[in-house]
Amino acid sequence: MNLGLSAEEWQAVRLSLEVASRSVAVSLLPAIGIAWLLSRGRFPGRMLLDALVHLPLVVPPVVVGWGLLMLFGIRGPIGGPLHDWFGIRLVFTTEGAALATAVMSFPLIVRAVRLGLDTVDTGLEAAARTLGAGPIDRFVTITLPLMSPGILAGAVTAFAAGLGEFGAVITFASNIPGETQTLPLAIYAATQTAGGEAVAARLAGISFTLAIAGLLLAEVVARRMYRLLGRA
Amino acid sequence: MPQVALRHRFGHDGFALDVAFDAPESGVTALFGPSGCGKSTILAAVAGLLRPQEGRVAIGGEVVLDTARGIALPPERRRCAVVFQDARLFPHLSVETNLRYGLRRAPRDADGPSFNEVVALLGIDHLLARRPGGLSGGERQRVALGRALLARPRLLLMDEPLAALDAARRAEVLPFLARLRDVARLPILYVTHALDEVDALADHLVLLEHGRVLANGPVTTLAARTDLPLAARRDAGVLLDCTVGAAPLDGLTRLDFPGGALVTTLHPGAPGTRLRVRVRARDIAVAIEEPRGISTQNILRTTLTDIQPAGEGQEVFLRLAIGPSTLLARITRDSVRRLALRPGMPLWALVKAVTFDHRMAVGAERPIEPGGDDALPAA
Repeated sequence: MNLGLSAEEWQAVRLSLEVASRSVAVSLLPAIGIAWLLSRGRFPGRMLLDALVHLPLVVPPVVVGWGLLMLFGIRGPIGGPLHDWFGIRLVFTTEGAALATAVMSFPLIVRAVRLGLDTVDTGLEAAARTLGAGPIDRFVTITLPLMSPGILAGAVTAFAAGLGEFGAVITFASNIPGETQTLPLAIYAATQTAGGEAVAARLAGISFTLAIAGLLLAEVVARRMYRLLGRA
Repeated sequence: MPQVALRHRFGHDGFALDVAFDAPESGVTALFGPSGCGKSTILAAVAGLLRPQEGRVAIGGEVVLDTARGIALPPERRRCAVVFQDARLFPHLSVETNLRYGLRRAPRDADGPSFNEVVALLGIDHLLARRPGGLSGGERQRVALGRALLARPRLLLMDEPLAALDAARRAEVLPFLARLRDVARLPILYVTHALDEVDALADHLVLLEHGRVLANGPVTTLAARTDLPLAARRDAGVLLDCTVGAAPLDGLTRLDFPGGALVTTLHPGAPGTRLRVRVRARDIAVAIEEPRGISTQNILRTTLTDIQPAGEGQEVFLRLAIGPSTLLARITRDSVRRLALRPGMPLWALVKAVTFDHRMAVGAERPIEPGGDDALPAA
């Protein structure tokens, strides 16, 4: 089944899925950590951290891409050592596209995880403490399972949003077919090409379908999870 | 012996707590007082969930908190299991996994009743596979009791475990609490503002008011004192530890206590069953000579040992000795005058067989030998 898509178009779909999943994989753990700090932490600079995390929501994506170029470019303060010492190059690569996508969707995950964490009754954690559970123990056995619907919601939302990340990706990773040309970039390229309207329409349809499927899946799984957690 | 000494002030000039007491090595010590007297705060500080500004807490010979020496063990290392008012079962785990949560984390050498014993004791066998979400309030609290006991604690803390339940559920859970107390053989601190729970469960009483300890002693001793706020209650009176007598008459039951016996319409259990009965001071009338032609079943020969004021009003407490036991009777000053009552006089105390508060007696059920499940009626 090729749904009338060419090999190049399929490549863009596959690449989008790959970039979106890798971005979620990269940002999930840090997002849980940051959400924990924001929800439970009491330290100076918490508001600042909160603002910093939410920055990609309000800053133009192109600016985020530019910032990444500055930091992770081959001569950047992070990209330089990465390239010189480990031979890792992020600009103009699939990994770079995943990084740009991860930064853009990070606030979405953090928000959802934090909402999930806020629903966890701290009284249950206190009960676990009195039963002998140390900090890591009770996080793994009590907090994490109870906040998992939030984690899942964050992951799915970030994945769905990541499929369509445009500005930061094109700025940081450029528009290289087979390497960084994800669905939205392919759609953009098609609209810039004479006679590309049909391709753009097909890809837009795929994009739309993936997004809807993702959101429905998230809803179904979240319901199942709440039932499993005994909170339905 | 659990030793507790705490000082804590909330806010700048807020509520201040300043208490110190020791609890007996086993049995229930009730922390009793009106809401806002600080009793739950004490429990939280003993458990380690609240850090008092000053204090020292020792459990089983180990100092778990001593602010002067900078010692403050975290709750997970204090081995004080808590039964909360709202049960706090883990909603994502089955009843069985909930019960085993503390057991898995208990030290290997800690001993206590086994999983099967606890499940049988609390009658929760049929709930093991279920999730807490589907349980009734009473069932939840029974599981919470089991979970706490199975953590093999050195001290069991109960924070108003029955307060969130309606009367029927309370009556369901109370006998299980009594059974747990008899089996657990460890000190229990029991926070409550319900006197019937104190009567039914407590051996020792710490009476609290405005963050301070008013009195601290065996519950039967404090109940017989007339200088405490307990005496101002409608249900003021002594507690008698009774044993159901061998020969029930005509549907009535005889309750033997040291120095005498009471006939009652209660049916608390088979002969030999032990229970504690509150004999309210307002339910006792006295006569200076033996009354005849009267319906009252209980006419006890006593000696008047003291006449004590009962608050501001026109009433007094008579302290009546019967063998080693004491009764309190509440009568008017006018009666004292009319009958020319004075300490040393013999007096007949009259108690109707129907006055006993049934609810209290059922909870106070106590088999002579621990572990005798058959001695208890079904809940």
